[in-house]
Formats: sequence, C-alpha cells, structure tokens
Amino acid sequence: MKRVLFFCVAFLLSIQVVSGIDTDTSSLVTDTLRESHAEKFAPGEFMLEHILDSHEWHIITLGDHHISIPLPVILYSKESGWHFFMSSKFHHGQTSYKNFRIATEGPNKGKIVEQTAAGEIVPLDLSITKVVFSIIFSSALLLWIFISIARRYQKYPHSAPKGLQSALEPFILFIRDDIAKSTIGEKRYEKYLPYLLTLFFFIWFNNMLGLIPIFPGGANVTGNIAVTGVMALFTFVITTISANKHYWQEIYNAPGVPWWLKFPIPLMPMIELLGMFIKPVVLMVRLFANIVAGHLIILAFVSLIFIFAEFNPILGYAVSPLSAAFSIFMGMLELLVALIQAYVFTLLSAIYFGLATAEHHEGH
Amino acid sequence: MELVTPNVGTLFWMLLFFSLILLILKKFAWKPILHSLKNREKSIEEALQSAERAKEEMARLKADNEKILAEARLERDKMIREARETREKLISEAQEKAKEEAKRIIDQAKVSIETEKQNAINEIKLQIALLSVQMAEKIIAEKINTTDKQNELIDKYLKDMKLN
Repeated sequence: MKRVLFFCVAFLLSIQVVSGIDTDTSSLVTDTLRESHAEKFAPGEFMLEHILDSHEWHIITLGDHHISIPLPVILYSKESGWHFFMSSKFHHGQTSYKNFRIATEGPNKGKIVEQTAAGEIVPLDLSITKVVFSIIFSSALLLWIFISIARRYQKYPHSAPKGLQSALEPFILFIRDDIAKSTIGEKRYEKYLPYLLTLFFFIWFNNMLGLIPIFPGGANVTGNIAVTGVMALFTFVITTISANKHYWQEIYNAPGVPWWLKFPIPLMPMIELLGMFIKPVVLMVRLFANIVAGHLIILAFVSLIFIFAEFNPILGYAVSPLSAAFSIFMGMLELLVALIQAYVFTLLSAIYFGLATAEHHEGH
Repeated sequence: MELVTPNVGTLFWMLLFFSLILLILKKFAWKPILHSLKNREKSIEEALQSAERAKEEMARLKADNEKILAEARLERDKMIREARETREKLISEAQEKAKEEAKRIIDQAKVSIETEKQNAINEIKLQIALLSVQMAEKIIAEKINTTDKQNELIDKYLKDMKLN
C-alpha cells in the first residue's frame, strides 16, 4: 500500500518535473494543442526551436496570446547605421520594424534581415539574445557567488568552511589538486588555475541553468556553438602562448619518428600541426553536442506524447507515463552530464596546458 | 544549419563577458580563495607538526621523569638501608657498652664484696678475740682454782677458735 502511494506521488511529481524540464515545455503543451488544430505537429522543427537562440524570451502561450520577455536588439547596418530597439517591436516575429524583420524562411531563417533597395541584407546583429542574456545572468551569478565566498575566506581565514563555501570548496580543491596539479605539474599549475576554475564553474553553472525550465534558466547556453567555441578558443590561445620549445619540436620535428615520415613529404609535422587545431575544435564540439543531445532526447520523449496523441488522444495519454519516466531518467542523467562535461572540458584544457609546458623528461 | 553556425553577436558577447568574468574572478575571487586555502593548509600542516613535536617533547619529559623517579627511589632505598644499618650498629654498640659496663660494675661489686668480706672477717676476728679476752677474764676472775682445769679450758677454747 505504501509502495503504491509512493509510486503515485512520484508519478505526480514526475509530471511536474517533466512539464518543465527544458526551456519552456509548459508552453510546448499549449503550443502543440493550438497547432494541432491548425497544422500537423512537426517534432523536428519544434525541438530545434527550443534549442536555438532567439531574440525574445518566450515564457508561455495562452491560446493565441504569446507571453514573452522582450530583449534588446542591437543592429549595425551598412545602409542605415546603428539601431537599438526592443524585440517586442517585432510582435513575436509577426511584423517588421524599420525595414527589419525576422526571416522565417530561406538561408537566413531566424536571423534579422533588412529590406533595402538592393534587396535583403543581413546586418551585423549584436543583440542581447536569450543566450547572451543568460551569459550575462550566469556571469553575474558566478561573480556574486565567488566574490562573496572569497570575502568569507578573507574574513575568517582560520574557521571551517560554511554553507555555499563548504559546498564549493571540494570542487575548487578538486580542480586544483586533481586537475591542475596532476596534469600541469607542481611548478607551473598556479598560472593556469584561475582560468581552469572559471571555465569549470562557467560550464557547470550554465549546464545546470539550462536544465531549469523557468525564466532565469532554460536558455541553451552551453549547447550554443559560439559559446563553446569561445571557450575552446581561450584554451587554444593559452596553450599556444605558453607553449615551450619542446612543444614546437614535438610538432615540427617529433623525435622518435622515422625520417621518411618527415622528409621529403612532411607527413607527421602536417598531422601534428593539424592536431593543434583539431584539439580545441573537438573540445568545442564535444560540449556543444553533449548538451544539445541531452536536451533533444528529453524534448523527443515529450514530443512522443503529441505524436501519439495525433493518432488517438487515448494513445497519447497511454504513452505519457512512459514518456515521463524516460524524461525523468534523462533529466537525472543530464544533471550528471552537466558536471561531467564541465570536468572533461576543464581536464582536457589542463592536459593541453600540461603538454605545452612539459619539460622533455616529463613527456612520453 | 543554424545550430552549428556560430552567431557573430553571441561570439562577441561571449568573448566580452567570459574575458570579464575571468579577469574579475581572477582578481577578486580566485586569488583570495586560493591564497587562504594555501594558508589554511600550511597552518594545518604546521599545527600537526608542532603537535608531533609536543608529543615527542612529552615523551622525552616522561622518560626523564621516570628516570628521576627511579633514581629517587634508589636513593631512598639506599638511605633506608643505611639508616637501618646505622640503627642496628648503634643498638649493638650500645648493648656491647652496656654489657661491658655491667661487667665492670659487677667486677667492682665483687671486689668490694671481697674486701668487705675480709673486713667483716677481720672485724669478727677482732670481736672474737675481744670476746675471748673478756671470757678469759671472766673465767680467770671466777675460777682460778685449779690450774689443770684452767689449762684444759684454755686449750679447748683455743681449739675452738682455730676452728673458726
């Protein structure tokens, strides 16, 4: 009896969790209901819409009425110069404003295009989009949390850690001792530690915020290729700047490689040189793909309900517990992935720094 | 395609904000945090070391104390033993002395008794002589009738006296 009750409660809770597991799944329900009247439910398009960036922060759609937070649009056009306005001027992408509109079709779909005499052009878009807003929000959160922790450390240097400080200290120590110290080495790790710590907490916090469905969270920050690209670029630049003679020797004239692989055709140097660029690209793609995949799977499980409901509403109800169970499972897995991906990105960055600064006897 | 094409605006803002938080956190968060973590570790290590040193010191002190105690115990035992010996010696000496003294007193007593006895005997002898003379006087005074009888008597008395 107890077990049955427990299951019921767990099931009810799970519905609540799932109904908000990604960006704005609650609106998904209403959207889908609305759309199912007019057109067929297109899961692919729908899932993409929840993963991609947008110029406004969609909260919920009630009937035909969209509720969303308008975000600032910043544009530079060669034709007409700078433009600043709120995204609410587009009326959820339905109208144009000052020759600007959000393209709904074609190669520029989702982007702001400008209608000029010469035809449609794409202006430089520096808008504070959903992702950018989330970056600002999480940056502020990171600053607030860690500066307040730092203040506590300074205020009570000899007392035991407390609260948030004691929750985050193990991670700081883990990054210092098990990532930085063990891969870069006792002598040089301190120089890279601030970057590694910032990287780890930025990725982790944004991964977690991406799993929160309601307003400040829910944007797909770490599943945006530009965001992961910038972090990979930092790793690449730091690696290349701090690279020593030994690192370059490994690339251009690796010792222990047969000479015919280097001359007359420099096969190995070419591969090594390519590897230099492939490493950060892989970093960028790994984080991006992992986060996008996680979100897609959860959205796919939710979409299943509506796909089945199109055949028969009863079938839709029948599938929903199963969908909910799988979504919860994926949600739990995503919590783990959020931490693991932050760890992997940080660890690999540290390993690249270690390789770039290793002395000869330390390598191989 | 839009999913895998980096947006210029996002790139720009990300670059800006990531650099900003990197710099700010480095200066205002990581530096003090790592610094105080290091200090704390150092102070813990020092505390552990000093505790170890104190422990060693304690052990050393304890060993010292025990040594001193053992020495004191030995000293005490020796003193007690010596005292006992001294006591016994004193007692035996005293006894010896007392015995000698007693012997000497007894000897003296014996000598004086002997002399006293001689004196007494001499006194008695004198007294007897005097008595004899008195008796003789009396006898002479009363019965100087017969010489024979007198002689007999004198002989008899003399014999008796000799016996004494």
